[in-house]
Amino acid sequence: MADQAPLICKDIHKTFAELEVLKGISLETRKGDVVSLIGSSGSGKSTFLRCINLLETPTSGDIIVHGDPIRFTTNRKGERIPADNKQVELIRAKLSMVFQGFNLWSHMTVLENIIEAPINVLKVPKKEAIERAEAYLNKVGIYERKDYYPAQMSGGQQQRAAIARALAMEPEVMLFDEPTSALDPELVGEVLKVMQSLAEEGRTMIVVTHEMAFAKDVSTQVLFLHQGVIEEQGTPQKVFDNPDSERMKQFLAPKF
Amino acid sequence: MFDLKGYGPALLNGAVVTVELAFLSLALALVLGLIGAAAKLSNSRVAVGIATTYTTLIRGVPDLVMMLLFYYGGQVCVNMLSDYIWDTYEVDFFFQFNPFISGVITIGLIFGAYMTETFRGAFLAVETGQIEAARAYGFSTWHTFRRVMVPQMLRHALPGIGNNWQVLLKTTALVSIIGLTDMVRVAEEAAKAERMPFHFFIPVAFVYLALTAGSELFIKWLDKRANAGVIQES
Repeated sequence: MADQAPLICKDIHKTFAELEVLKGISLETRKGDVVSLIGSSGSGKSTFLRCINLLETPTSGDIIVHGDPIRFTTNRKGERIPADNKQVELIRAKLSMVFQGFNLWSHMTVLENIIEAPINVLKVPKKEAIERAEAYLNKVGIYERKDYYPAQMSGGQQQRAAIARALAMEPEVMLFDEPTSALDPELVGEVLKVMQSLAEEGRTMIVVTHEMAFAKDVSTQVLFLHQGVIEEQGTPQKVFDNPDSERMKQFLAPKF
Repeated sequence: MFDLKGYGPALLNGAVVTVELAFLSLALALVLGLIGAAAKLSNSRVAVGIATTYTTLIRGVPDLVMMLLFYYGGQVCVNMLSDYIWDTYEVDFFFQFNPFISGVITIGLIFGAYMTETFRGAFLAVETGQIEAARAYGFSTWHTFRRVMVPQMLRHALPGIGNNWQVLLKTTALVSIIGLTDMVRVAEEAAKAERMPFHFFIPVAFVYLALTAGSELFIKWLDKRANAGVIQES
């Protein structure tokens, strides 16, 4: 069991109305993998990430979280929907997500944001949840801001709080959806530094990113998506230094 | 200082009736408003249809007409029902439509329609990212509603609730038409008997003013609490 893959996605397709956004994406992770999803806007990388925790329901394909395949059924309109909402909730609790726009709950303080899901979803006793939250706040370096409301902090601090919220779930896999894209350039570094330290600890992470240096230096696996298919996949050395795909070469070429 | 010619206790009782009527109507209006908003935002066409008919109908008819319709019409309906029950089951069933209850139901129904719109707008104003974060962390639908949607919605709904409340409070004066001895009714009788309109209506006006001013302060305080985390400390 120790070596069971934390997350396997098999042949994920996603169609919005008539538009096929994902045309068969597969991904297998090992524990401690850091997978970077790169590609231009509209390539489907964020949609794929949102399919993993069922914020979007894949039109077809399987998602297996730590050996547990998500069950699907079809509704009256013939759309595919998750068969068991309880199972989806349990699986989401194992896959915590960090959003581009932080999405900290604005009516709660930082500490309240972090203990909310552990207490109510994982049923961790309150005292333990607070201890856990404080430890992770220390780790991301904003312990002294724990009683602030999100609106009282900078974007970088908010995103670090959001990372602490994700860590407090002690998830199997952390999903990052362009975590630095909404930040001012001078704040990007503090968030990337936290993410790098998580990678070094051996946490399994899937990161949608435009930060090529991060993808190259920190990941164990890189997926380059283009128009809903994987154009190039492999170790960062392979993808960045010796890509087979013409599109990947274009993507890497200096723009000006 | 002010001689109320012995009408003081009756006026005070009337004021209590006004306040009771207002609070009970408010409770009914809030419940109806939440249900109405939930129905309007649901995926069910039937629910949307019923809620839309409700708000369109209620908001399009004058409060006074509605009040008279419910009170007298309600009694006619009860009489018809009671005749029918007597004829078919030989069971004696009757009750007198009481002005207080008709008042609460009518005002509750009217303001429920306004609250429906207030709550609907407030729910729509909650950012989708906030709800998405709740879903992504494994919250159930109910937990998302209770811990994220309602507290965030309230901040948007409070100004509207405050407005509706003030209008509702003043609308309670209409129940004197259907014979409920609220503050206005007592003042009217006293003013007629004593031929002193200023003497009795001005104190009544001041009671309403005090009630609305007091609630304004309370709503300000609620608003401040609901907006914690939004307005930056300066």
